[in-house]
Amino acid sequence: MRNPLSSRIVGIPFSGIRKFFDIAAEMTDVISLGVGEPDFDTPWHIRDEGIYSLEQGHTAYTSNAGLKELKIEIAKYLERRFGVSYHYDKEMLVTVGGSEAIDLAMRAMLDPGDEVLIPQPSYVSYVPCAALADGVPVVISLKEENQFRLTAQELEDAITPKTKLLVLPFPNNPTGAVMEQEDLEAIAKVVEAHDLFIISDEIYAELTYLGDRSHVTIASLPGMRERTVLINGFSKAYSMTGWRLGYACAPEAILEQMLKIHQYAIMCAPTTSQHAAVEAVRNGDRDVEGMREEYNGRRRYVIKRFRDMGLQCFEPFGAFYAFPCIREFGLTSDEFATRMLQEEKVVVVPGTAFGSCGEGFLRISYAYSLESLKEALDRMEHFIQRLRVKSPMG
Amino acid sequence: MEMREKILTFIEKNSRVDLKDLAVMLGTEEAVVANELAAMEEEHIICGYHTLIDWEKTSMEKVNALIEVRVTPQRGRGFDSVAERVYNYPEVNAVYLISGGYDLLVTLEGKTLREVAQFVSDKLSTLDSVLSTKTNFILKKYKDHGTIIAKPKEDERMLVSL
Repeated sequence: MRNPLSSRIVGIPFSGIRKFFDIAAEMTDVISLGVGEPDFDTPWHIRDEGIYSLEQGHTAYTSNAGLKELKIEIAKYLERRFGVSYHYDKEMLVTVGGSEAIDLAMRAMLDPGDEVLIPQPSYVSYVPCAALADGVPVVISLKEENQFRLTAQELEDAITPKTKLLVLPFPNNPTGAVMEQEDLEAIAKVVEAHDLFIISDEIYAELTYLGDRSHVTIASLPGMRERTVLINGFSKAYSMTGWRLGYACAPEAILEQMLKIHQYAIMCAPTTSQHAAVEAVRNGDRDVEGMREEYNGRRRYVIKRFRDMGLQCFEPFGAFYAFPCIREFGLTSDEFATRMLQEEKVVVVPGTAFGSCGEGFLRISYAYSLESLKEALDRMEHFIQRLRVKSPMG
Repeated sequence: MEMREKILTFIEKNSRVDLKDLAVMLGTEEAVVANELAAMEEEHIICGYHTLIDWEKTSMEKVNALIEVRVTPQRGRGFDSVAERVYNYPEVNAVYLISGGYDLLVTLEGKTLREVAQFVSDKLSTLDSVLSTKTNFILKKYKDHGTIIAKPKEDERMLVSL
């Protein structure tokens, strides 16, 4: 028999957390800080609308690009929250989570050999999606000293004549880093000068903790809208991960091609989810505000605990992750996480799951109740104390 | 939200939180939280710290009733004096002045059905200004004080996800 597999697919590795999942699944009394999704249930009024839509028999396909009613609400929301306006009919596409939108955008924009700049540490799908679209992923290693923000210089240094696309993964999973207005302005200049395009993955846009300075989308800066595919969704803001619903906004020429792929590969995003999402985006601002407030409290708590443990950690202002540095222990991220799981039964994700420059860091999710965080961090503290006693490093 | 409201919003759900932790979460000092709490207790904004108990799971028998009471308001004192006469009974849990079909809603806790019935017929109904009562027994508590009692929530998320 011939080999049934595509060598390109075989060459792409699985994401780096399977091992932890397998070990943890065999253990009892495990406490996890390893989850990349909210702990809140979807607010009831949103679930209720989903149920109601089923009762009403809204179980057919929607149009490929999504329910008109939903797209109109999304357009209003983006205008209201982030000051960007998109035409609901020509510049917007409702997708199966933000993940699908990332895939579509890469496939719609890349020709073989085009280079895609991917700042890391970042979400695991950009590199494989770029590769699957025949692009060449080029990693930019972000630095803790810059609070894991992308600087104009780092961008400039990575650009070659083949560079076409820049992925902007902010607010960032796993570091919790954000890009503020000035940071984005500096990036925009370089993007314009080198005629690049941007995939801006803003799935955590609602979860930033800088007081009045709320999230800024690069699409709102002069000259950037026509170069940007803006990706957002319902998973993180409204605690709707399982509903699988996101969206992309882009200039018509790009969006049209994305829609073509979506049409053939997906047909349309789940109808029930779209009906629920109308309610979310129309009447969900208060839920988002409440959850943001709650995450912010936990964020402060986690950072304080790390400081008390003497663990170096820059202050994250976005998403629901902290990214402490564990270099002092002389263990790799993987060794540290594996031992902490075995010895203290705490699950965390090694920074290297998000790119090799995550070495020396851990992703700590604070999408947990205060009680769970407390218990998990107590265990982590014991672990660290033991490491420090056994192998005093520097 | 002001600091006071932030504190209240938090402790309304969890009054047992460590003050140190609460201060960290609100981004302030422990002394600030402690002072605000003391002041709010003094001003009777915070009226007590209670425990939500599912008595069904214990060996204690409890009978809870909601009693709708129609009363004649008194000149000059409105409903206050009759409300006071009712709320002074220790078996009365809560007394609310209500708009709609009746005036006072009284919640009551007794050991037995008979005890509740006796209270209503002997004490409540015999008050001069009480015109009528309607007693509703609580059969099951599904949710109380914003907490779902019937079905505690479990974390169904996977242990690790990216």
